[in-house]
Amino acid sequence: MKRGSERPIEGALFFSAIVSIIILGLIFIFLLREAIPTFFEISIIDFLFGREWFPASFKNPRFGALPLMMGSFLVVFFAVLIAVPLGLICAVYIAEIADPRLSEIMKPVIEILAGIPSVVYGFIALVLLSGAIQNAFNTTYRLNAFNGALILSIMILPTIISISEDAIVAVPRDYKEASLALGATRWETIRRVTLPSSKSGIAVAIMLGLGRAVGETMAVLMATGNSPLITLNPLSSVQTMTAVIAIEMGEVVFGSLHYHALFAIGLLLFIITFAINFVVDRLIHRGMGVRG
Amino acid sequence: MNKLTNEKIMFNAFKVVAFTIVAIVLGLLLFIFARGVSVLSLDFLTSPPENGMMGGGISSPILGTLLIMCMTVVFAIPLGIGAAIFLSEYTDNVDPRITRMVRLAINNLAGVPSIVYGLLGLGLFVLFMNFGFSVLSASLTLSFLTLPVIIAASEEALRNVPRGYREASLALGATKWETVRNVVLPSALPGILTACILGLSRAAGETAPLLMTGAAYYLPRFSGNILRQFMALSTHIFYMATQSPNPDLTRPIQYGTITVLLIIVLSMNLVAVLVRSYYRRKLR
Repeated sequence: MKRGSERPIEGALFFSAIVSIIILGLIFIFLLREAIPTFFEISIIDFLFGREWFPASFKNPRFGALPLMMGSFLVVFFAVLIAVPLGLICAVYIAEIADPRLSEIMKPVIEILAGIPSVVYGFIALVLLSGAIQNAFNTTYRLNAFNGALILSIMILPTIISISEDAIVAVPRDYKEASLALGATRWETIRRVTLPSSKSGIAVAIMLGLGRAVGETMAVLMATGNSPLITLNPLSSVQTMTAVIAIEMGEVVFGSLHYHALFAIGLLLFIITFAINFVVDRLIHRGMGVRG
Repeated sequence: MNKLTNEKIMFNAFKVVAFTIVAIVLGLLLFIFARGVSVLSLDFLTSPPENGMMGGGISSPILGTLLIMCMTVVFAIPLGIGAAIFLSEYTDNVDPRITRMVRLAINNLAGVPSIVYGLLGLGLFVLFMNFGFSVLSASLTLSFLTLPVIIAASEEALRNVPRGYREASLALGATKWETVRNVVLPSALPGILTACILGLSRAAGETAPLLMTGAAYYLPRFSGNILRQFMALSTHIFYMATQSPNPDLTRPIQYGTITVLLIIVLSMNLVAVLVRSYYRRKLR
């Protein structure tokens, strides 16, 4: 009898859990619903490989996503390139080298830094970093891809550090002790034993950092100057997929081609991050299989 | 011997890199605080912006941010805790494939960019459900965005409650829900509070979704009406830095606004970290 009376509660809990699936579904449905009309007027090929994003043109607006994808790629590539080695060095330092008491302080500090809002990082890039970069490299554009990459690398560092640190700490003690007993130094042990055994956790850390970098909006929007150019020069101004949505959605006519095209960019972004999450999920499951 | 000098060099290099990074970030924060604190005054905090954002205080952005934080948490907390209870206590009687799908969905939601949540908010709440550009649309959007954070942190808290507590309660004849409500939830309370604080702090700092669901460029009078547009600290910083008629003139106000936002967000994160570390130590 008592069990029966708990049914509604169990139902409510079950519903709360299902909500996550519903939200994911809603995101997909609404992006699709608002993005599809784009392709009544532009072919998918022209959208994906179009070399010009020029939505404001009165006579001949063009909606090519290529410059935006290139912009995102350029910024994210350099951000990850900077953040991964630095993040790994910090993680190894905190997990293996530093005095445990120091680690106990550094870990929460990094956790707290992870909470700094992206608009604050954007402000730093716009007001403080950009001038320094322009002076150092004598660039044409005050705001450029490198500026965005630099601030983005600082933003994804906490993710990379804390997750790879967890992975390094999780390496069984016996591995390290066996290596040390064989006469290896601590550094040799870190390089040849600890890091290789934690590589799947480190891969997860890098992928999650990558996912954050791809989706980051405000900092990149304020740092990169927002010119939709096709370029591989990090000192050029670029515009990312996230930035174009944030800027142009404010001035668009709802239901227009431009509006739908911005949703199509959003759909593209969603698919990319979904794929990254899928890889992370695979990595975690494979890692568990090996360990457990 | 050579090996050991090599090791020493490497370790010192690692130390220098780690400290430099922390020093750079802390240095940037101190730089901002130093400029922001001189602007802060009771007057700055309690008077509305004036003269097209170039003068006055930031009372309406502060109130807007606080209102949105509260509403976000009101929507997200019950769902988040409910989902966490389900995942930690009730998965036994359910098809494991469903549990797996729920977890997959939560992990995916955690990785969805905030701008995509903004698109959903615009499509679903602003246009489809006709809530318009409003506090309501923005809070509902942010509640979706903070849900994965709250679920993950609450589930961790619930799982940390020792098994023996549950078994003791069940052995005394309590039902499953009675056990959850009277034994598991109270012991997990600090952890669940942490979850709520993390959700609040996330909601306070978000910017991009607000731009698309109801943040106003300039609206000095705080209406308190959840069906109206609003100003928020995060969007205020963005607008002042990029679209103000004279960004240099508003620079002191920008530093002041950032300082207030950082104090709100970082103090909540600090509390969350402290509660969590205290709680973990106690369990050990």
